[in-house]
Amino acid sequence: MSLNTKTSIRVGTDVVDVRQVAESIDSFGSRYLQRIYTDHELHSCAGTPRVRAASLAARFAAKEAAIKVLRPVGHQPDWRSVEVRRHTDGWCTMALSGHAADLADEAGIAELAVSLTHEGDVAAAVVVALCSSEGDTAEKSRLGSSPAGPGGVD
Amino acid sequence: MDDVIRKVLAEYAHLPVDVATISDDDDLYQAGMTSHASVNVMLALEDEFDLEFPEAMLRKSTFESVAAIRTALGALASS
Repeated sequence: MSLNTKTSIRVGTDVVDVRQVAESIDSFGSRYLQRIYTDHELHSCAGTPRVRAASLAARFAAKEAAIKVLRPVGHQPDWRSVEVRRHTDGWCTMALSGHAADLADEAGIAELAVSLTHEGDVAAAVVVALCSSEGDTAEKSRLGSSPAGPGGVD
Repeated sequence: MDDVIRKVLAEYAHLPVDVATISDDDDLYQAGMTSHASVNVMLALEDEFDLEFPEAMLRKSTFESVAAIRTALGALASS
């Protein structure tokens, strides 16, 4: 496989402690769940409390990984505007809306891929974005030609 | 207000250091607070102060220090 010279890639990754997600559910209940996760994500994460916390933790990691890819300046996208879509065969994709979708457009992101995993108390996700150079140029203009931008902050 | 902010941080920020050793202007993310922990801090502050952070205030800088949280709470209380 070779990338067209007018394209670039961005990668974001994040790791989340499953126990902390379980604690959040215990402490804040539906207010935590509905502030962070979409109805689809909540529906996708059925099961025992332990399994559910692990699945939600992986989705939170995916949201944070995607935000690293989007590189917002200042205003963060709503957590629910970065959604993990689970398909019937088990694989996942990402769907953006609102401010997150605007940031993707500005960056010329044509495609996002996501991979989720969890083992024991750890959940993690990696997001890869395929970007057009036109979007990269637009973003550099937005950032005042800063070569690094603000991405990658944990 | 600062006592409540520090109590919330002690309970929900999952900092690897004692909150008492954090100065008002220390960067909480640099001190070890994760994005997920900052969500819990936000929800706990909403409970303590009976308010809700609007989407426009959901940025890392809002929760990056005790002083920043104090400023955000003050802005919300007066709005």
